Amino acid sequence: MSNALEIPTFTLFRLPENLSEVSLPIYGFKLIAGATTGFASPAQDYETVDELNLTAHLVQNKPATFLFPVGKDYDSMIDDGILPGSLLIVDRSLKVRHGSIVVAAVDGEWLVKRLYKRNGEVQLHSSNRDKNYPPIEFKEGRELYIFGVVKDAINKLA
Amino acid sequence: MRSTSSPRPVFALADVNSMYCSCERAFRPDLHKTPIVVLSNNDGCVIAQTKEVKALGIEMAQPWFEVEKQARAIGVVAFSSNYEMYASFSNRFVETLRHFAPRIEVYSIDECFMDLTGLKLDLEEYGRKIKDTVLEWTSLPICVGIGHSKTLAKLANKVAKKQERFGGVCDFTSMSEAELDALLEKLDVDKVWGVGRRYAERLNSLGVRNVLRLKRANPRRVRDEFGVVLMRTVQELNGIACHELTEEIEPSKQVMSSRSFGQRVSSLQGLREAISFHAATATARLREQRLYAQAVHCFIQNSPFDERPYFGRSLTIALPSPTNDTFKVTEAALMLLERMYAPKVYYQKAGVMLMELVPVAGQQMDLLGYSDDAGKAESLMTAIDKINERYGRHTVRLASQGYRNDWAMRRELKSRNYTADWNELPTIGERFAL
Repeated sequence: MSNALEIPTFTLFRLPENLSEVSLPIYGFKLIAGATTGFASPAQDYETVDELNLTAHLVQNKPATFLFPVGKDYDSMIDDGILPGSLLIVDRSLKVRHGSIVVAAVDGEWLVKRLYKRNGEVQLHSSNRDKNYPPIEFKEGRELYIFGVVKDAINKLA
Repeated sequence: MRSTSSPRPVFALADVNSMYCSCERAFRPDLHKTPIVVLSNNDGCVIAQTKEVKALGIEMAQPWFEVEKQARAIGVVAFSSNYEMYASFSNRFVETLRHFAPRIEVYSIDECFMDLTGLKLDLEEYGRKIKDTVLEWTSLPICVGIGHSKTLAKLANKVAKKQERFGGVCDFTSMSEAELDALLEKLDVDKVWGVGRRYAERLNSLGVRNVLRLKRANPRRVRDEFGVVLMRTVQELNGIACHELTEEIEPSKQVMSSRSFGQRVSSLQGLREAISFHAATATARLREQRLYAQAVHCFIQNSPFDERPYFGRSLTIALPSPTNDTFKVTEAALMLLERMYAPKVYYQKAGVMLMELVPVAGQQMDLLGYSDDAGKAESLMTAIDKINERYGRHTVRLASQGYRNDWAMRRELKSRNYTADWNELPTIGERFAL
């Protein structure tokens, strides 16, 4: 053990998977002890807790993922859990389907709406029972650009 | 001689159409059909344009003040360069391509070679899938060229870009020899990768005007007249791959200094020293080539082979004016490092890349202070280089302290940093004007 302690931390470079970042200094020298003496690390049984990586959890396809915050007055999707100030995670690699919640550009404005696509008709629907916003219809050259499908909405509570 | 058992090499070149302009369009759907130009630092010259602009007679490198009135009158929208955003999209482009090939070579900010050797499928269809996926995921339009050598892949890409009938994907490998030759006969030799204007003139004077003539040239004669480089080009045109995929980046487009650490480095101080070293090395190389950088790219990563989750970050910043000054480059690189650094990571590699290089003669000085000491800095850098040349690299070097700076630069037409700044994200409910 004393031998291991003299090795500066940065020489550690073969750390096992599943080693928590926080626990690194503690398990670190035990590992060296294991490595230098040829025995398995005595800490092995405790190394099963991995640090949860929130970014990896939320971002499945990094090159296709973009973030859109929702404006402070934007309340047309609150029944779907998209509140003013929510942060939307948009994944462009997800298929745009009837019923998908999408970020779209209409008349020069960024919107988040539910896509309605049936019988050759395309509409964007809101979800706010109280205010009952009418659907946006696309006729006669009105352009719809769908940026991508909203995968998550993150709501800040505190 | 290639052994019969190994499959014939196949390369693809994927290239973003009008990269900077396409990035500017990503969050401006209103501009999807509008002609766009992007201007150099301090809004000096046109450095990128969509094809509609070219059709209007505005040339690359033209000073913006000369053409601004005319351009605006016909509806051209101009942007200051937003290298931070372009780098973010470049990363997305490269990452998307990695889904399609085991090995890729990032050739420049908007071009990648991919190794498609041994894939038993319809390559043209695969190229189309690559193109569609990049568009879907990143919103960037690209063209794909496929061939049995890098030179052919690059040429196929050019054909895909210029000839609309290919729909953005041109696969030389699926063509018959006769079909390919008929196509090559219609292309001028200067379209070939590595054949510059001077070579093209000399080749023309020898009667070699089209690519097919060059392909059929006697390799030995080409070597005697032009050297081994052009001889290899001839071989590559014949489908004999002479150039492998490399991780090296074309020297005239970017200058890079990076190295793996002898032992893992975890402390910020350790990384600061490494980054300062690379900034100094890269800037010295820049001066050797008599170039000035307009942007600094810095990266840190742990080893993908370590049994730990991969950690890699990179950031890019535009410089207020083109510079070859070690002090300024180091300041920029260290500032990026501060922003990227995460503790408790055992870093294995770090590096600095200088981008958007311009020749000394073409540089612009800004009005905000960077130019006044330029002469002094120039002679100081020359002195440093001389000392280092004589007494060894890095004999004279920076202490690397005090790197706060406001990066004042004239970028009046700059779009927001839509992908890399929490305060500048596109917002639902807002109008997407500038």
